[in-house]
Amino acid sequence: MTGTQLIPTERALALIGGEPSDANLRRYLHGIPGVDAVGLEQRAAALGTRSVKTTSKAWALDTIIKLIDLTTLEGADTPGKVRSLVAKALTPDAGDPSCPRVAAVCVYGDMVPYAVAALGAAHGDPDKGGVSVAAVATAFPSGRASRSIKLEDTADAVRAGADEIDMVIDRGAFLSGRYGLVYDEIVAVKEACKRPDGSYAHLKVILETGELNTYDNVRRASWLAILAGADFIKTSTGKVAPAATLPVTLLMLEVVRDWYRLTGEKIGVKPAGGIRSSKDAIKYVVTVAETVGEEWLTPHLFRFGASSLLNDVLLQRQKMASGHYSGADYVTID
Amino acid sequence: MSFLEYAPAPESQSILHLKSDYGLFIDGEFVEGQGTPFQTISPATEKHIANIAHASEADVDRAVAAARRAYDTTWSRMSGSDRGKYLFRIARLVQERARELAVAETLDNGKPIKESRDVDVPLVAAWFFYYAGWADKLDHAGLGANPASLGVAAQVIPWNFPLLMLAWKIAPALAAGNTVVIKPAETTSLSAMIFAEILQQADLPAGVVNIVTGAGETGSALVNHGDVNKVAFTGSTAVGRMIARSTAGTDKRLTLELGGKAANIVFDDAPIDQAIEGIVNGIFFNQGHVCCAGSRLLVQENIHDEVIERLKARLSTLRLGDPLDKNTDIGAINSREQLERIRELSDIGEQEGAERWTADCAIPENGFWFAPTIFTNVSTSNRIARDEVFGPVLSVLTFRTPAEAIAKANNTPYGLSAGIWTDKGSRILAVADKLRAGVIWANTFNRFDPASPFGGYKESGYGREGGRHGLAAYLKPAASASAIAAAPAKPVTAAKAQNASEGAAASARAASSVTAAKAKKASK
Repeated sequence: MTGTQLIPTERALALIGGEPSDANLRRYLHGIPGVDAVGLEQRAAALGTRSVKTTSKAWALDTIIKLIDLTTLEGADTPGKVRSLVAKALTPDAGDPSCPRVAAVCVYGDMVPYAVAALGAAHGDPDKGGVSVAAVATAFPSGRASRSIKLEDTADAVRAGADEIDMVIDRGAFLSGRYGLVYDEIVAVKEACKRPDGSYAHLKVILETGELNTYDNVRRASWLAILAGADFIKTSTGKVAPAATLPVTLLMLEVVRDWYRLTGEKIGVKPAGGIRSSKDAIKYVVTVAETVGEEWLTPHLFRFGASSLLNDVLLQRQKMASGHYSGADYVTID
Repeated sequence: MSFLEYAPAPESQSILHLKSDYGLFIDGEFVEGQGTPFQTISPATEKHIANIAHASEADVDRAVAAARRAYDTTWSRMSGSDRGKYLFRIARLVQERARELAVAETLDNGKPIKESRDVDVPLVAAWFFYYAGWADKLDHAGLGANPASLGVAAQVIPWNFPLLMLAWKIAPALAAGNTVVIKPAETTSLSAMIFAEILQQADLPAGVVNIVTGAGETGSALVNHGDVNKVAFTGSTAVGRMIARSTAGTDKRLTLELGGKAANIVFDDAPIDQAIEGIVNGIFFNQGHVCCAGSRLLVQENIHDEVIERLKARLSTLRLGDPLDKNTDIGAINSREQLERIRELSDIGEQEGAERWTADCAIPENGFWFAPTIFTNVSTSNRIARDEVFGPVLSVLTFRTPAEAIAKANNTPYGLSAGIWTDKGSRILAVADKLRAGVIWANTFNRFDPASPFGGYKESGYGREGGRHGLAAYLKPAASASAIAAAPAKPVTAAKAQNASEGAAASARAASSVTAAKAKKASK
């Protein structure tokens, strides 16, 4: 099907074989091969034993920085805090101008104008050297609000200049089998991402895998989100434990790989929450490279949703350059 | 440079303190052999590692005599709990020297360090820990109260898992109260020599374990020795047959763990990504040098093309090369001889009309290598579907119904293992029930645990190793007359055992009720 001009919904309808009703979606999603939990975790653990050293490690560390969505999602966020975050995003390592920038800053919707203003000329596509603004929307993190509120939440962030929208799915609806509702909502939010000029903000769909509980559910939710038009599938809000895990991310990467085989279209994956060390992040880089290929290691196809990860990567990066470890006071807090 | 080429991450060899020459380990000491020493090489580089002693018939005789002496004077008279202490101590020392053992194994055998480090050596320790626990609980081994040991066990092991096979053989034998003479495979004696050092470190009474190195004639002298009570062999079916013939008519007890041609059955409702991993692990683990390898992939016809496509994509990510590199997935073939056999059978596969596909990977200049290979369009009558290749070569066959899968899986002279991949639990049970194989894995493959018995049907041998069943190979019921004559049926007290082994300070130390920690301290 590579190269066909079907828009996502039409293609989805063709794949589902009918209207996106609960019954049709159920038939499609439950026809996807199951996941063996033991085998999946074994594979993830095996990928985690790759030994990434010297030049490979240096490349991986820089790549991780370029893939970070530097995040602050607190009730206590202020314009000042967001400006500080943006400064960190633009100049991660004050002592090393060669250090790459992160991909995006990720904030609540009402903070988008401050992030846009703080970025100024640097605001832009991370694939072209800019830093994007990502906003969480749709009554993040619970998603428990009416459809109209969620859509307005999204549209408001897009109007304010958000390049990317991180939405949450209705986990309650998903777990009770109302797949049609989840599907429709993603389609509607995607439409709310539309700008006046006809372009769309990138849509990341958060599955909140910690609440889906089984790997079979994660796989089905991933397919459902992609069928409905997600540009990215994202593991977690970071507000629910467990957040991102390596097996869950591996599983989502496998879905993305299968979608690419089926349609020729590349979907992004974003593990978020709980990835704090360079060592862990490198395991994710390895998993991406060995599952979907290295070409996925670009900002429009893979992101880390993280905050404290950046400083650990910077410390490792400094260590590689100087040969010795420094300390927490040699990287800046944002 | 591509990230996936990963910068070299070699495991350091500096932890090894190899000697230039290794003797035989007889009666607790390293002694010279009477035969002409041979060299052991690294199959990855063909470089010389060390010289290994060659045990002559007279050497074997000395080793068996030492084992007999140790059996009569010490080991058979020691209480189970004291034997257990030695086994626990060996297990801990294996853990302490794990990295050294892993590096030695990888250097000598050619298997990837990640496998020797994460699979072989941890399992070796697990095996000793497991049977250490059995040593004082033999009443519950299923042979009634006070089962008796057999005497001297002659054990011959293969080159594919040198140290692990040694553990499989020695741990249950010692736990049950037997003494041992063991012969490692000619190409992989090194880790057994380090293990001998561990036995010295553990103060195991002299003669309880003797290690004789050498080739086929050494093994033949050992299994045909008149004073051994038990023969245990792991290796090829051809040699197993010879041993069965030569031990027939003697009162030697025999267990054989021989070849295999396992079917790995993938149904169309299988968890597909994990099944692909299981196929890879089933046949490419340890370069396919695994007797229970899933060398015949039986895949349901309606998913054949998809499985093969996914499998090829996955195989393209396997990294072949320096076994000591921590990122190597496929190491070296153990010997030139084995490489020739794999090549020959693969060529026959092509001649017989099967379609050959080989992963695209660079082959190092020196050493013995064979890239992961799969054959499709294989018929059940093809030799690659019948003969054990013992290499990284997978034959793919198809089936349409569960009944056909079972019939094809069983249509082999072997019967060591099988795999079933399906999301449907009832099908796993129904199919497993009809497969004639000793080990059946469901939605996994090549998993080993000391608590699980392992062994074959038909030409894959007889007897079981591992678990409670593994003890039965080294015990006999107390009621038999010879048991009463050969050893005191009642466990002797610790004090008596001490007296009996007067002069053997080491055994007295362990036989007394010192704590494990004290015993370890004393042995240093």
